[in-house]
Amino acid sequence: MSWTALIPPLLALGFAPLLPGIINRTKAKCAGRDGPPLRQAYFDLWKLLHKGAVYSPTASWVFRAGPVLGLAAVITALAVAPWGGFPALAGFRGDWVFLACLLGLRRFLAVLAALDTGSSCAGMGASRAIHFSALAEPALFLALAVVARKTGPYSLAEMFASLSPWHWVQSGSALALAAGALFIVCLADNSRLPVDDPDTQREPAMIHEAMVLDHGGPDLAFLFYGAALKLWVLGSVLVSLVFPVHPGPWWADALLALGGMLALAVVIGVVESVMARLRMLMVPQLLVGATALGVLALLLIAR
Amino acid sequence: MSTPSSFQFLPNGSSLPWAGIPEFPAADLVQATAAELGRGARLCAWFGVPEPPGARLAAVIAFDADNTLAVARSAPFSGSYPSLTATHPQAHLFEREVWEQHGLQPEGHPWLKPVRRGTGQAPASGEFFRVDGREIHEVAVGPVHAGIIEPGHFRFQCNGEEVLHLEIALGYQHRGLEEALAGGPHPATLSQAEAIAGDTTIGHATCHAMILEALAGAEAPLRAQWLRALALELERLANHTGDLGALAGDVAFLPTAAACGKIRGDFLNLTALICGNRFGRGLVHPGGCRHDLEPARAAALLEKLRPALRDVEEAIAWLWDASSVRSRFEDTGTVFTEQAGAVGLVGVAGRASGLVRDVRFDHPAGWHRFAQIPVAVWPGGDVFARAKVRCLEIQRSGAYLEEQLAAPPEEGIRAGLEPAAPGTLAVALVEGWRGEICHAALTDGAGRFRRYKISDPSFHNWTGLALALRGQAISDFPLCNKSFNLSYCGFDL
Repeated sequence: MSWTALIPPLLALGFAPLLPGIINRTKAKCAGRDGPPLRQAYFDLWKLLHKGAVYSPTASWVFRAGPVLGLAAVITALAVAPWGGFPALAGFRGDWVFLACLLGLRRFLAVLAALDTGSSCAGMGASRAIHFSALAEPALFLALAVVARKTGPYSLAEMFASLSPWHWVQSGSALALAAGALFIVCLADNSRLPVDDPDTQREPAMIHEAMVLDHGGPDLAFLFYGAALKLWVLGSVLVSLVFPVHPGPWWADALLALGGMLALAVVIGVVESVMARLRMLMVPQLLVGATALGVLALLLIAR
Repeated sequence: MSTPSSFQFLPNGSSLPWAGIPEFPAADLVQATAAELGRGARLCAWFGVPEPPGARLAAVIAFDADNTLAVARSAPFSGSYPSLTATHPQAHLFEREVWEQHGLQPEGHPWLKPVRRGTGQAPASGEFFRVDGREIHEVAVGPVHAGIIEPGHFRFQCNGEEVLHLEIALGYQHRGLEEALAGGPHPATLSQAEAIAGDTTIGHATCHAMILEALAGAEAPLRAQWLRALALELERLANHTGDLGALAGDVAFLPTAAACGKIRGDFLNLTALICGNRFGRGLVHPGGCRHDLEPARAAALLEKLRPALRDVEEAIAWLWDASSVRSRFEDTGTVFTEQAGAVGLVGVAGRASGLVRDVRFDHPAGWHRFAQIPVAVWPGGDVFARAKVRCLEIQRSGAYLEEQLAAPPEEGIRAGLEPAAPGTLAVALVEGWRGEICHAALTDGAGRFRRYKISDPSFHNWTGLALALRGQAISDFPLCNKSFNLSYCGFDL
């Protein structure tokens, strides 16, 4: 294993909190405001880490374990996530199922912690999160299956490293459909518009926010950091698919991939600036639509 | 009126000797009120006046089509009386309030519990309506919320995402305003009237000033009435703009949310241009206004008003153009016309359910006797209709302001007031931006307030929100709530 396999996880750990900063800045610019500084998420994390946490007497160890284990799960996912053609730290055959499992594990832990509070709003948020992610997961698998089928290897990093612009020339329509499905999954799984509204302050309308309402201090910092890393992981899959350019020198690869991540954050910010959130009852239709895109892409490529 | 009525008629903003108001036994008053409500009247206020052995009931009703109000009262009694709510649900909160304040028990009231105060406990600690069933879950939201908003407790009975029933418990901001006003007017009375609902300062202050003017048998100078009408429309513009922005914010539609927040400030600044305060504090005074609008400042106001109106028009157009927004607004939180009429909705919420009621048109007083605004009605009853009515009112208030600013009446902004007449009941209605504000004041033998009753439009309309949620997704509650945007403190008093 080459030392360059260390670069993607390190960059992720360092730069992931920049993504929400860029999204918020983009939204602010679109609304004609200056917006918070790009590094706001780092400031928030620093502030939260220096605070104490308050625990409800009805909450058990599950509530405390949720944020820590969830963060551990998503950091583990960095070891197999594809990024800019770099080799993975611990890639293996079939590791894309492992990736999906780790992300699912994080959600499972967050849901358990939310249910542990006994708060009705947290419970509602948890049930919505499970409902929607169960519908989003098939789309993720189908999109990854398209790439695997197209490129050959069954390890995430390898299959994306061997993806090249030539594949887009060959079967651009299938890859575009897969990218569309992945983008929707990326928005839904990261609690972005049009599925969830990360800025809402109204409990009955919350999904992800409702689940973290009772967490505070370092626990909340772990949740925020974990969420930023998760956006980075899913985003890196999407960027690696849409922008499979690997010039060769590691620094050039890294810069290009970093640029891709920043561009993705800007795109998410623009999406959030131009449309309203979907009615909650319509969200399943969007996610099933993403799955349909994935099926169509697989059909096109399996011809 | 074509048919004889057992009530005594009076126009908006006038007074009557208390002794001359028809008096009935309580049961007959309920029956007479039910009969009037049955033939198209509307309950504006229903309150108690303490008098041994217990209290009298007083009813203020409005005949919108006939442009007249009517009052009647009961003989003093204690104990119980047959409930009006049983036949006319619009009385349900009024009867609960009377029971809470004076201990008069409405027999047959379907849901008798305190309105604002628990018995030495927190307001929400009463019994809540519960739906039974294995699939049913109960969601409690508030009074402490995740955002910075006023305190209120909302108890939902849900089947999954669907709300079967919502019960709203308020009273957390009860300040004892009516009790504080009794014995007045005190030096603080005007400030208290302005603070009944801080976002409706002009509306409540104008209503209070009309009461004192009616009790003194006088009228404010025409120019003061003109200025009050202008300030009332500016208040409406600012709040409707803010509401449309907040509605956009609740569906996470950024462009309108951001723009309207700014434009609301522009309108507030226009009020500040008149009186130095963005919410209009200190402008209205019994007997007139405390500040004049000289031609130079009127011109400056008009000059700033036009771009603000243009901006808000554009920001609202984005809202209607976005299909993602329309799909959220349409068929969400519908209140049908019959329901709205039955629970007595007023103002924006009533007009958005197809009820044509607007005090400025139905019961014109002050400047509205000379210059009127077309009533903005939309039939849908959903969030879209409530947004649409606000949008129409912004256009019409804007046009009204442009028209009226060009034609100010003669000088003279303030007149001295005689002391209030003793033993007199005065009633005043003003169409605030939320809807009908009703103040009723009764003076004692020395001309001091013996009873001062305030009905904020929110008092009529909270029930409408509860109805709007039936069968809705609970995730749409914030949107429905914002589309009514009712006052907590105006209700809690």
